[in-house]
Amino acid sequence: MAKGRVSRRRFLGTSAASAALVSMPFVRGAHAAGSVSVGFWDHWVPGANKATEEICRAWAEKEKVDIKMDFITSQGNKNLLTIAAEAQAKSGHDVFAFPTWYVHEHANQLEPVDDLMTELIKQNGNVNGTVDYLAKVKGRWLAVPATPGSQIKGPCSRIDLMKQHAGIDVQAMYPAGEAPKADNWTMDTFLKAAEACHKAGFPFGIGLGQTTDSVDTAGAIFQSFGAALVDKDGKITVKSDAVRQAMEWYAKLARFLPPDAPAWDDASNNKWLVSGRGALICNPPSSWAVAKRDAPDIAKQCWTHGMPAGPHGRFSPYLPYLWGIWSFSRNKPAAKSLLMALSHADAIGKMVEVSVGYDLPAYEKLTTLKTWAEMEPPRGTLYHYPNPHNHQTLSIAAAPAPPNIANQIYNQAIMTKMVARHLGGERMDATLAWAESEVEGFMRG
Amino acid sequence: MSDLAVRHAAPGATSAKRERSRLRVFLRQRSTVAFLFTLPLILLVGVLVIYPAFYALHLATLNKRMERFVGLSNFTFLFTRETFWMVVRQSCIFAVSAVIFKALIGFTVAHLVHAIPAKGQRKWRGMLLVPWVIPPALSTLTWLWLFDPSYSAFNYVLAGIGIGPVPWTGDALWARVSVILVNIWYGAPFFMIMYLAALKSVPAELYEVAAIDGATFWQRLFYITLPMMRNIIAITTLFSLIVTFANFDIVWILTAGGPIDRTHVFATWAFRLGIQGGDIPLGASVSLVMIPLLAVAAIFILRDVNKRAERM
Repeated sequence: MAKGRVSRRRFLGTSAASAALVSMPFVRGAHAAGSVSVGFWDHWVPGANKATEEICRAWAEKEKVDIKMDFITSQGNKNLLTIAAEAQAKSGHDVFAFPTWYVHEHANQLEPVDDLMTELIKQNGNVNGTVDYLAKVKGRWLAVPATPGSQIKGPCSRIDLMKQHAGIDVQAMYPAGEAPKADNWTMDTFLKAAEACHKAGFPFGIGLGQTTDSVDTAGAIFQSFGAALVDKDGKITVKSDAVRQAMEWYAKLARFLPPDAPAWDDASNNKWLVSGRGALICNPPSSWAVAKRDAPDIAKQCWTHGMPAGPHGRFSPYLPYLWGIWSFSRNKPAAKSLLMALSHADAIGKMVEVSVGYDLPAYEKLTTLKTWAEMEPPRGTLYHYPNPHNHQTLSIAAAPAPPNIANQIYNQAIMTKMVARHLGGERMDATLAWAESEVEGFMRG
Repeated sequence: MSDLAVRHAAPGATSAKRERSRLRVFLRQRSTVAFLFTLPLILLVGVLVIYPAFYALHLATLNKRMERFVGLSNFTFLFTRETFWMVVRQSCIFAVSAVIFKALIGFTVAHLVHAIPAKGQRKWRGMLLVPWVIPPALSTLTWLWLFDPSYSAFNYVLAGIGIGPVPWTGDALWARVSVILVNIWYGAPFFMIMYLAALKSVPAELYEVAAIDGATFWQRLFYITLPMMRNIIAITTLFSLIVTFANFDIVWILTAGGPIDRTHVFATWAFRLGIQGGDIPLGASVSLVMIPLLAVAAIFILRDVNKRAERM
């Protein structure tokens, strides 16, 4: 039987140990500030996730947070499925990289980040209008613009073919390190160049399919004509003069595009450029990067530049990723701290460098990083990619319609379908009536 | 002492024996055992099929933001859409034509394989099953390269014999033909193996008697083979109709529903609306429309199978 008596020696020992424990200063454990999990977009560019990973690890080490990172591909819309599943289950990652429209789609499940955005705008400069349109809901910021994955899909031209067949010197029009001299780069010039290159056997590689590359180009061209299917107040404007004008211009352009353009997907334009069959495509620099690896002679002739101007201005397709914090996140302070670290100018510079210039910050002070100026061949080929002289408006197709309607117009590829239908012989009025009926369907709440 | 031990042990032994016999009686009830064996599957079906189906039903009754109950208004909205009826038509064309061709090809190939001597038959069976064994997402990618708008391998070959490029996925008609073709390529081996199994179960004596009576090939086919295979044909057709109707991967990878929505089927359009377009209730409603259509087909086919089983 155990004795209950406590010896004097044992009592003193226990008392001393207890006193030491109580008076001991607070020691932060390895993960004293809890844990945070992030669903990042899985980058196309090999090794480009590394920059994000390193920035996160350094932050976690400093803040004593246990971080879990998942790089989720957008192939097969895996990221969209994960967003839908997490929104339904109200559980999952703390932070997620939302593509374009999905901040608005899940607005009531996202934590406001006005405090972060106020600070970040102070640090890095203002953000472009498209980020404002996509990440702000009812005047509140619900997401922070992410650099990885954000892109402009402007033209990437073949210097030699454009000079030889269309008489256009794209390097002179968009000189490296200088402001664009592109006043003559208009929709008319573009059309004439498309015709000349088509005649020479090097058609422009612009798709009329239902995937994002085709939709983005159509969106920017429609906006250059001031053509919106729905205006910012939600009023249907399909049967406007501007829409007819844009459609007529597109119908002319379509005659000079590859005959299979209505079947193009997002890989088609990349292949078109890399195979040397076309004089121009609209894409971020990933196709140039592939050409650099697989067809260096073609890469040497590539020059990324701005879109042509239409009667309503010069618009370029811009697709940002946005980091949002789910309202069910269990560690919002850590999530916010992480987003600040990821949005620091040094972190952004690193991301841009590792992604070979593909990633694009949304902040105005960060569009002149040395990566774009120094990238080659030819040197300066990406200088105008981030719109450093602000000479075009960065926009997303279907804007300025209210985002819940614009999302449907964009995802249903209404604009490219309109062009393809009209191209297939349907009368303009019938096409517009069809589009109007489709858009009416998107108005349901 | 030993007596005592025996006397003490006896009640325990009796109860153990009783337990065992109770267990035996329990196990002899075949339905109970069958239920226990199928329980894991029932649970799986419950979790992965029944629950999602009811959840989809629930989702289909919500508004776009999933904030309030709207009854059947998602369905009534769908019925007013031109694209919806186009998808219904296309799904029917896709499923019915693919199943007919799969059945015809499967039936023909099953006969050819059946005619091969038993020694070499296994090799042929294995090779012919390859399309069905490869995950369709993977094999469809290969088909996509063959049909590629700009670099189609088929067009390259056709150009060699002077036939101009075929817009495999660029023209509505050809795109439909392409998705149906790939579905047939993928699904025909399933029909082949089912029909082959059915052919092997037809008693050889029937053919011998028919041969003595001087029956022709067609008479043997219509009066022996087809009646003996009728149940298998019906069940296989029903199964394939359901799977083909709900197909997603082949259409999505090959055309993503294009051009101009001309190859969308229920599943791809539901995905486009629900996941990509952020309108999950409407997407759920589209996917649920398949149920009554397939239920009608199932009722007719299964009723026919049951009638025949009763007659036999």
